[in-house]
Amino acid sequence: MDYINIIILALFVNNVVLAQFLGICPFLGVSAKVETSMGMGAAVIFVMALANFVTYMIYFFVLKPLNIEFMQTISFILVIAFLVQVVELILKKAAPSLYQALGIYLPLITTNCAVLGIAILAVQKNYNMVMSVVYASAIAVGFTLAMVLMAGIREQLENTGYPKGMKGFPISLITAGLLSLAFMGFAGLVK
Amino acid sequence: MKHLLNGIWKENPTLVLVLGTCPTLAVTTAAMNGLGMGAATTFVLVFSNLFIALLKNLIPDKVRIAAFVVIIASFVTIVDLTMKAFTPALYAALGVFIPLIVVNCIILGRAEAFAQKNKPIPAILDGIGMGIGFTLALTIMGSVREILGNGSIFDIKLVSESTKTILIFILPPGAFFTYGYFIAIKNRLSANK
Repeated sequence: MDYINIIILALFVNNVVLAQFLGICPFLGVSAKVETSMGMGAAVIFVMALANFVTYMIYFFVLKPLNIEFMQTISFILVIAFLVQVVELILKKAAPSLYQALGIYLPLITTNCAVLGIAILAVQKNYNMVMSVVYASAIAVGFTLAMVLMAGIREQLENTGYPKGMKGFPISLITAGLLSLAFMGFAGLVK
Repeated sequence: MKHLLNGIWKENPTLVLVLGTCPTLAVTTAAMNGLGMGAATTFVLVFSNLFIALLKNLIPDKVRIAAFVVIIASFVTIVDLTMKAFTPALYAALGVFIPLIVVNCIILGRAEAFAQKNKPIPAILDGIGMGIGFTLALTIMGSVREILGNGSIFDIKLVSESTKTILIFILPPGAFFTYGYFIAIKNRLSANK
């Protein structure tokens, strides 16, 4: 039951982009086409689940025993940057077709604040290891969901007229606001 | 002087470069939060710019991003611990976004685009200018949202308790709407010149 709660909360009620404002840069930057949004989403799901597993290990088996929890920010960001590089190298060797699909999105993930943010939040929430990975995966699926929805709307928007001053970021932000408004309807879904 | 003013209007990090969007949207529920976030980011920006400008000849080109991140993360940790000790209420309000200053694209962006190519003094000025631009944008956005959504500014009540306020502005959708209109207004003003 706990797990279902975590998943629904992470997917809809506390959607990472629309309610928690993490990962806005890639959300606005990559969401012009549905296809690229899917690619980015898949890469994020993969890295985020892995990153939460590794940062959990680091926090509870290295930082906590040594009593240096204040090193959290530095160690997490280095681990995530390192992880992205390693994933990139492994994919290139082991699964070239997957690398072709995800390759260009991987370097972008290091600057995706959602990865670091969720790793820190999972530690703060005192989740155990399985919960932490489930939480990260659900959050990343929520990220993909928001991005694909957004891309679908933006593809349609290309063909409609709107004031010139709203071109680019403003119209995207207003669209995101409306999406966020829609997602507020999910509040109260889980007690 | 040019470096200082550049960040405030012409290349305002929030409104023109559209960097650091996550904290901009997340913490501007009140004017005070915007100001606090701006101040914290400015501190990190100035010191990381300074140290990167000082160390630029020592850092090998291939690992420069990693080196920058370590420098930035050190200052973020200093800010994190200082705010935890001295301004606990603000620290609680800003929450996870304090450690996330480390991935604020403005800081790494300025390190890469400016600090590593310039001398320490211009790098500091650039950091201060960008910091002020960021802080101003955040504080003004926070004020607008606080006035509309809560009927107050810097926690000072402007309307009576019974007045209904437009609650949506301090909820997540309001952040997107306010930010969108801010950029639109800035575009409009710049286009007129």
